[in-house]
Amino acid sequence: MTSRRLESGGFVDRGKVFEFKFDGRTLKGFAGDTLASALLANDVAVVSRSFKYHRPRGIVSAGADEPNAIMQIGKDDATLPNLRATQTELYNNMVARSTKGWPSVNFDVSAINALFGRVFSAGFYYKTFMRPKRLWRCYERFIRSSAGWGSAPAGNDPDEYAHRNAHCDVLVVGAGPSGLAAAVAASRTGARVILVDEQNEFGGSLLSEDTTIDSVPAMQWLEKTVAELSNCETVQCLTRTTAFGYYDDNFVAAVERCADHLGKPPGQTVRERLWRICAREVVLAQGAFERPLAFCNNDRPGVMMASAVQTYVNRYAVLPGERAVLFTNNDSAYFAAVAFKKAGGLLAAIIDSRQSGAGVTAVTNAVDHGIPIMNGHLVTDVVGKKRVRKAQVAQWSGDTSQTIKNTVSIECDLLMMSGGWSPAVHLHSQAGGKNIWDETHHCFVPGETLQQNRSVGAGAGQWSLMECLQRGGDAGRTTAEACGFVVQAGQTYETPQDQENPIEPLWRVPASRSPDRCAKQFLDFQNDTSVADVRLAVREGYRSIEHVKRYTALGFGTDQGKLGNINGMGVLAEALEVPIAQVGTTTFRPAYTPVTFGAGAGEDIGEIYDPVRKTAMHEWHEMQGAPMEVVGQWLRPWYFPQYGEDIHAAVARECMAARNSLAIMDASTLGKIDVQGRDSVALLERIYTHDVGRMAVGRCAYGIMLGEDGLLMDDGVMARLGEQRFYLTTTTGGAAAVLTWLERWLQTEWPELDVHLTSTTDHWSTIAVVGPKSRELLQKVGCNVSLQRENFPFMTVKDAELGGFPVQLFRVSFSGELAFEVNIGSNYAMAMWELLIDAGQEFQITPYGTETLHVLRAEKGFVIVGQDTDGSVSPVDLKMNWLLSKNKDYLGKRSLQRADLVRTDRKQFVGFVPVDGKTVVAEGTQLVNDPLLPVPTPMCGHITSSYASACLGHPIALGLLQSGHARIGEQVVAAQSDGTYVDMQVVSPVFYDPKSERQNV
Amino acid sequence: MLLIKCPWCGNRAESEFNYGGEAGIARPANPDTLTDAEWADYLFMRKNPKGLHQEQWNHAQGCRRWFNAERDTVTYRFTRTWRIGEAPSSTRDVDS
Repeated sequence: MTSRRLESGGFVDRGKVFEFKFDGRTLKGFAGDTLASALLANDVAVVSRSFKYHRPRGIVSAGADEPNAIMQIGKDDATLPNLRATQTELYNNMVARSTKGWPSVNFDVSAINALFGRVFSAGFYYKTFMRPKRLWRCYERFIRSSAGWGSAPAGNDPDEYAHRNAHCDVLVVGAGPSGLAAAVAASRTGARVILVDEQNEFGGSLLSEDTTIDSVPAMQWLEKTVAELSNCETVQCLTRTTAFGYYDDNFVAAVERCADHLGKPPGQTVRERLWRICAREVVLAQGAFERPLAFCNNDRPGVMMASAVQTYVNRYAVLPGERAVLFTNNDSAYFAAVAFKKAGGLLAAIIDSRQSGAGVTAVTNAVDHGIPIMNGHLVTDVVGKKRVRKAQVAQWSGDTSQTIKNTVSIECDLLMMSGGWSPAVHLHSQAGGKNIWDETHHCFVPGETLQQNRSVGAGAGQWSLMECLQRGGDAGRTTAEACGFVVQAGQTYETPQDQENPIEPLWRVPASRSPDRCAKQFLDFQNDTSVADVRLAVREGYRSIEHVKRYTALGFGTDQGKLGNINGMGVLAEALEVPIAQVGTTTFRPAYTPVTFGAGAGEDIGEIYDPVRKTAMHEWHEMQGAPMEVVGQWLRPWYFPQYGEDIHAAVARECMAARNSLAIMDASTLGKIDVQGRDSVALLERIYTHDVGRMAVGRCAYGIMLGEDGLLMDDGVMARLGEQRFYLTTTTGGAAAVLTWLERWLQTEWPELDVHLTSTTDHWSTIAVVGPKSRELLQKVGCNVSLQRENFPFMTVKDAELGGFPVQLFRVSFSGELAFEVNIGSNYAMAMWELLIDAGQEFQITPYGTETLHVLRAEKGFVIVGQDTDGSVSPVDLKMNWLLSKNKDYLGKRSLQRADLVRTDRKQFVGFVPVDGKTVVAEGTQLVNDPLLPVPTPMCGHITSSYASACLGHPIALGLLQSGHARIGEQVVAAQSDGTYVDMQVVSPVFYDPKSERQNV
Repeated sequence: MLLIKCPWCGNRAESEFNYGGEAGIARPANPDTLTDAEWADYLFMRKNPKGLHQEQWNHAQGCRRWFNAERDTVTYRFTRTWRIGEAPSSTRDVDS
């Protein structure tokens, strides 16, 4: 294989050789190479297969616009798919693989698609694979794998990623000549500047072009400028950093590739860092993309952008071919041709589509280097499959509608093309800015902005180096001034002046047959979208560029149309017979180039994605082997299996212990709110539905709160600890929402109330001691207050000393049994728990988890908010009318009179028992009155809770049933998901101890 | 990401705040005396202007205070913020 590396020149380090693998072949490159330049240096022409026709493809560009050289980089779990070889810095032992082509890029079985090119027209997949619908799943797998796009790693990403917030006065995006000039000018005022550039070093086009600034080589100016910026304390310089998203309020997201160029991040280095930049002013200096020319077979390997060739020659010291032809419609490409020639390449001819050719500077330069120029000519086609062999050249009158009759062949292995330049208006557009069509340069340039940003340089349609530097400097000063900094007079720059001829647009190149019948003229290489496809879309009735994009796939993919979109719009404008300005652009959305999931997630993964809350007794539960249930952020023990019990056996045993003897539960996750202040009663009267003010000090009450829509929001026991002091409990999951809800009313509607709300969820741990022996247990460990019924009745609270610890003792019950809840400072909770467990051995004290908690409460018909209710349930539906005070107003009260809430056919809360006495139906099962009615069978309710009940000896269920309160005693049918039916008897939801005598003993 | 000026803490990142909907909807003093239509108007009806909109926001990850804000629904720009119970300043911090 030929080495295409030049003996000297460029910015590669010839002393540092890197070995790398591409599709299994071992190749060599240098430090400073990109994967693309290294592949070109090794004369690798075919790097990929195309999306639809599987045509061989080569490297086209040298930057973010690369459509073909899309690679899978790295191996194992650190592998990254869909990286552009042109933006991937080479490192030693890199493993790269083309994401397309099977079994290989050189021999791709699907290339047979190309033979049926006319069948695979735009919309082919839509038209062909629509019916039958159920077969799409089969098609899809085949279509997706043959289309390529790389693969995601199987395991977790082994690398670390970070996020960083930053604030600055002036953010400059792009460190080419205009961006550098802007950053220097802004920094000299003292403004805080952040300068980002996606490449490994600053300089942009200066790194590829041979020119002078202020009469010294541009590289000298560059070194001096970068040094000044690096040494300035108020400037943050970020290379390898892509600003990919411009959001509201001048917020710009950028990703810094800290270690992608090293292969494996060393030590503590993160692989990538996401910068979240809040900038007061933004200068966009993103440069421009060169456009291809749409001639027949313009996708053949060896057809490259002229500027890319210039970059490979000057920056990477690679000559991508031996004998080149340049095809252009503008002056800029002449300098690329000269660069190629100067580096030792043969330049067969410059084919210029313009009748009058290029300006004096370009022509003189070419002629001085002995390059023949053919004005008023076209390259209509190329010959060669895996590599260009010949260009077909023809004379042309300038009329696009004509077909070309006679062509001559010019031998070449490299075809350089330039169809003009398109400013990178991406961030400007993302920021809400409009684009306007520049009639002179035939490109969209940034128009009016909505945010504090301005565009300069090639990205703003400012093409000469002088203009870039001057306008860049102006932007730096203007933005700094807008931030309040004092600005000195502007600097002037001296650069060579060119005499140019204007570009003449050429959106598609006339061929020997009509554009609909000639060989493929590609607009979008990545999606195999051709001129004919866009014209077909128009014939089939598509008008909007957004629709044409979706029908033809023009502008999709990893490059998002950076290369082909404008040509596509030109072709569309011609077919629609409207000016291109009227066609407009598609929407520019973040991200500018693809961003890894790792960078997006940053540190917020695994254990720190969301905090995990554990109770003071958590380790004890784990030691007992209790499986955990996730409840909100909390981990709660689910059940405590013994001797290999399954969940059913364990729960049955735990339930029987609570009913017959003694059980204990960690209830610490209950939400707890301490309420103090002169107006505590007044606030709580308005929040809760019952008469809070009538509660005596020391009393507890079950309370519910409604939204203003009259629907149940949360419930819990509240205790009146003092005249104006309350202790509220909320559901485990609702704690934060309830506190926020109370705070909101207090702060926004009733700020005159003097009330203070404090969350005490974590401060108190709560131990529920449940069962007929619970009183005995507390007496045994030593309690300083009488626990007898007459001194300590049901639904009261006392401060007490238990086993030597100060506690709050509540006589409340969520099981229907005699029970106490012990509130103890969390630091003492584990000691108290162990004390109670030890003392409870003689009563066979049995710890239980959330499953038994649910069964015990269901046997008593107690609702769980969020399980038996779903945000559409009123207290009347739950038969909680006894909680609704008639003596006062409270939130949601008025809504209870709304027509919808007084309907009698609402779904109401009832109990169910399976008629067969044994089926436990699944929660969520729908209820029907008559399963034999035709589908869709009307549903009359659903099951919300369902358990086997050990103490009752049969399954029980709770649920919501239309007009349920009036249907006690009737039967309904549970329609199970497996298609079977279970007859259910409608019963009262209180299955056990209906008179509630056991909790009062 | 927007910077939002909490009237108690100053400029903070948008991610610290929660949105609370339209501001200035007073709870009726005597809900029982309202017709269904009047109550529904309080309960459900909200403005949806294109342009300046007065809203309640909560500095949920900061001082946890609710406050009023005026925001442009076209540009998302916050033009001014003020404490509950106080009048907004007569001038805007920024133009919408």
